[in-house]
Amino acid sequence: MMGSSNRIPGKGNLSPAKTVSFTFDGRTLTALEGDTLASALLANGIHLTGRSFKYHRPRGILTSGPEEPNAVMDISRDKARTQPNVRASVQEVFDGLNAKSQNRWPSLEFDIGSINNSMSRFFPAGFYYKTFKWPQSAWDKIYEPVIQKAAGLGVAPEEADPDSYANQFAHCQVLVVGSGAAGLTAAMVAAKSGKRVILCDERPEFGGSLLSETQTTIDGLKATEWIAQTLEELHSLSNVILLKRTTAFGYYAHNMITLNERVSDHLAAPHPDLPRERLWQVRADQVILATGAIERQIVFPDNDRPAIMLASAARDYLNQHGVTPGHNIGVYTACDSAWSAAFDLKEAGIEIVAIIDTREDIDAELLGRANDLEIKILKAHKVTATTGYLRVKSVSVEPLSGGARQKFEIDCLIMSGGWTPSVHLFSQSRGKLKFDEANGRFIPDVYAQNCICVGSCNGTDELSDAIIEASTAAGEKHQLDIEYAPSMDGHLIGSPHNIDSNRHSASFVDFQNDVKASDIRLAVQEGMHSIEHVKRYTTTGMASDQGKMSNMHGLSIAAQVLNKDIPEVGLTTFRAPYTPVSFGSIANHSRGELFDPTRRTAIHSWAAENGAVFEDVGNWKRAWYFPKAGEDMHAAVNRECRTTRDIAGIFDASTLGKIEAVGPDAVKFMNLMYTNPWDKLGVGRCRYGIMCREDGYIYDDGVIARLAEDRFHITTTTGGAPRVLNMMEDYLQTEFPDWKVWLTSTSEQWAVIAVNGPKARQIIEPFVEDIDLEPEAMPHMSVREGKICGIPCRLMRVSFTGEVGFEINIPADYGRSVWEAIYAHGHPMGLVPYGTEAMHVMRAEKGYIIVGQDTDGTVTPQDAGVGWAIGRKKTDFVGIRGLKRPDLIAEGRRQLVGLKTKNPKTVLEEGAQIVDDPNQSVPMKMIGFVTSSYWSEVLGQSIALAVVENGHSRLGETLYVPMENETFEVEVTSTVFYDPAGERING
Amino acid sequence: MADTSTSDLHRNHPLENQLFATGNVLIKPGHALARISLRAAGDQIEEINQVLSLDLPDSPKTSVARDERTALWLGPDEWLILDNLSSDLHELPKNLAQMLCSAVDISHRNTSIIVSGKGAVGVLNTGCPQNLSMEAFPVGACSRTILGKSEIILLRIGTSTFHVECWRSFSDYVWKYLVDGAKTL
Repeated sequence: MMGSSNRIPGKGNLSPAKTVSFTFDGRTLTALEGDTLASALLANGIHLTGRSFKYHRPRGILTSGPEEPNAVMDISRDKARTQPNVRASVQEVFDGLNAKSQNRWPSLEFDIGSINNSMSRFFPAGFYYKTFKWPQSAWDKIYEPVIQKAAGLGVAPEEADPDSYANQFAHCQVLVVGSGAAGLTAAMVAAKSGKRVILCDERPEFGGSLLSETQTTIDGLKATEWIAQTLEELHSLSNVILLKRTTAFGYYAHNMITLNERVSDHLAAPHPDLPRERLWQVRADQVILATGAIERQIVFPDNDRPAIMLASAARDYLNQHGVTPGHNIGVYTACDSAWSAAFDLKEAGIEIVAIIDTREDIDAELLGRANDLEIKILKAHKVTATTGYLRVKSVSVEPLSGGARQKFEIDCLIMSGGWTPSVHLFSQSRGKLKFDEANGRFIPDVYAQNCICVGSCNGTDELSDAIIEASTAAGEKHQLDIEYAPSMDGHLIGSPHNIDSNRHSASFVDFQNDVKASDIRLAVQEGMHSIEHVKRYTTTGMASDQGKMSNMHGLSIAAQVLNKDIPEVGLTTFRAPYTPVSFGSIANHSRGELFDPTRRTAIHSWAAENGAVFEDVGNWKRAWYFPKAGEDMHAAVNRECRTTRDIAGIFDASTLGKIEAVGPDAVKFMNLMYTNPWDKLGVGRCRYGIMCREDGYIYDDGVIARLAEDRFHITTTTGGAPRVLNMMEDYLQTEFPDWKVWLTSTSEQWAVIAVNGPKARQIIEPFVEDIDLEPEAMPHMSVREGKICGIPCRLMRVSFTGEVGFEINIPADYGRSVWEAIYAHGHPMGLVPYGTEAMHVMRAEKGYIIVGQDTDGTVTPQDAGVGWAIGRKKTDFVGIRGLKRPDLIAEGRRQLVGLKTKNPKTVLEEGAQIVDDPNQSVPMKMIGFVTSSYWSEVLGQSIALAVVENGHSRLGETLYVPMENETFEVEVTSTVFYDPAGERING
Repeated sequence: MADTSTSDLHRNHPLENQLFATGNVLIKPGHALARISLRAAGDQIEEINQVLSLDLPDSPKTSVARDERTALWLGPDEWLILDNLSSDLHELPKNLAQMLCSAVDISHRNTSIIVSGKGAVGVLNTGCPQNLSMEAFPVGACSRTILGKSEIILLRIGTSTFHVECWRSFSDYVWKYLVDGAKTL
């Protein structure tokens, strides 16, 4: 590095002592700490950094900021930490960084894909709409795979992302975006008035374009000194948050702005707990946008050769990194700012071959300085051609009015077509823009939110004006004494001087998407008259460009061809994100264990310790079965079922939804929400309830216990708990707000231990206080409050197995202790823990439905065979009208029945379709399907539930279940397979 | 309220033995509390206040604390009553049963996590979108809100100390979210 002739001693603010080592396409190179990848490559004399998207043209570094369209690379630390499409002008170099160029094979210098360039006439605007239409069959096999391979830049990493990402919600009174002169001023004024301020800037250093202003003084201080002084003051204030490397990328409703902070991408060895990026979701009372302006290229033939770059970029690299992009530099401009770049380079000892300006009238001061520095000036000239394949070698110019062409040998061409105000965020905020004809740009006009644009993003180019504007926006007008302010006068949009010459040559409007001036013209000629159509047809301004470089040129060219004014052609919509944001940042904490809450019951740990296999039910983990050594799932489930029916089983039913409905209108409310009648349910009794939606279809079911005249303990399905409570609250709040009844979710208040089986009572009895368990005193479907193990409980005599059953509700923190006490006592008697699979089998043996398995949202209570649960005398309940709809009472509805296979060993597949004639031709008429199917160990045969057309009148009929290789014969039966008389449940 | 004082059965707190600390934040499980979800009509408030021996707060995001008892405003007709187990909150539902209201024991439905220290606001704001500045959320302020994908109730009990309530089965998620947030600060 020390020997590099591209580092200019005394220029820039990097220390020559602090070197770091990095690789580019395998070559080990040296950089200085504080270099961006782009400045480091330029210091090493490297301009060629990539191949273009469509034509694989050699491309170099164009800019010094996030608008960079060409120098996008694959950056990696190690195998898992690799990211494609990183802009070299943004990425800071750290020791050990590996950079790889993209979109080239086999190498950057020799790229097979560049054949696309010589075939470019076959890839005109909208080529894929035209070329790949025919034959149809070629689309799947040829066109799509080829396009997919060619589409997009870079290669996604193959390993999981090992980094962590963070999120921070923040509120402030003033959010300032951008830290140039305007942004710093606004932040300072707002902060001093005591407001909570967040100032963010996408660059590694605060200061914006001021960082490159070597001559400008503010209140007698050099620009860089003024920045340092202002920052020092801001740092000392506790009401200010300063965020550098932080891009404001989205502006949403109610002044919600999203920022992406790159926390550790610039560090060689970040601390493992340090997130890679942090997403800030900021709500600000006021937003001050000081986002500056982006310099445009000039559209001329072959304006994309490596070492043709923006004048402001050349100036940034020189003044901030001490790097020159060349030694024989041509300047092509329509704007004053490129002259400043030329002066700085010349003063640093770099040869300026000529300043080629399209303008006739040029500021006398600039002319004077150029003459003093002995720089050749070509007024009212244009560039007509360039040469050089991997780096620009020459530039040809001629007067605008025609005349002799001159050719200059150069190794770098810097250009400026003027500045485009960065109105992206303003536009995202739904603000309306207006066209500033005199300066060829769109600027903010009508605000939609509490937001104000200051400085050059507002078209305020004069530094002193920008400072007044910014300070006023922040609450107090300040005027600072500015000398040698930079000038941004002059602009050129479109390619008015090169219409003929670039019809077939490559004058690029959008470097990233390889869109040429001729593509825009072609699109218009082919009937795309709206800029939104032109954009989609040519892809100009798409992807990460988002109109940063290409917008004004594309628009101007289209307007010219259409012979319309620019505002008439319109402006495309600016969309978030302003620059690409990683998925990691958007997902932030929500990965791995935190992707979604995993809910576990109070008894979960016991089940886990006792070998349970778990299944996911919604967000819950539920014990599925408890295999003993050597048992597979079937063996375990068979044993659990058999033992529960022979002796007893213990089951964790804690996940059941529970709602406590309290108040004098509770019974009225129950009558409304459930199809059943509730008036006559006595205190201390339970009832199975069915809940429908307005359309008459089953929504949920569960056992409801009446604890007092005005208090019900409702249970819901596990998965239905939240939506049932929501629906109930919805009716209460919107339809019956005057009813005196209140709902409280108690799902998690109670751990629920179900003990089922002939010995259930014997097993729990020793622990129960204050409750008489005699069947006469506490029959099936009753509830009592008392104590178990000294803990107050709600004990229900209910059953989902058909055996004698108790469900013990105890405060959740005691769930495991009570479970352990019961298990310790019951285990010697033969008590087994059973899981959800055995529960499913046993309930199916009894024909008890599971909402969501045996019903699918189109099943009425009558269809499901629980029509008895509808109160015949009731005049109202949710669903009462739906149930009277003609199609719900018509013949031919699918009704729930049992199925027994002819071969008792055959277990049908759930979801299998049912037909009544297996010999009909395919496609057969399907008359139903299997909803539940199990092997019943107790019955020694398979059992199934199914919905079948007119099922209730088909009992005894033979139907068929055609499968891929075999057709199974089944008999339609009752849904109750086991203990049809229901004697066991009463003990 | 269930009076469990007579039992010596082991109580398993969902976050037993958890603790996390960094230089500027301490995250620890809150101790066991009695909790009542109280729903009541406006015309009953006077009488309920008598039974509770505190005045229920009547504006959003506020709480009222007296002795061992805190009442949090959750909605126009909804409060969360928190109470140290040492007091006789278990008598309350009985006393309130005579009134036009709903008092439901949710002592075990919820559990609490205490987040304290200079970084407390920062940690909470990794997953909670509320403005937790002292102006917007002073000591005593409370809100039913979210942390990541879980509902929480947040109560500021000190300038840099927060009481976070969540449902029992969400406590593992909430705990891990807070710890993950604290690590990234």
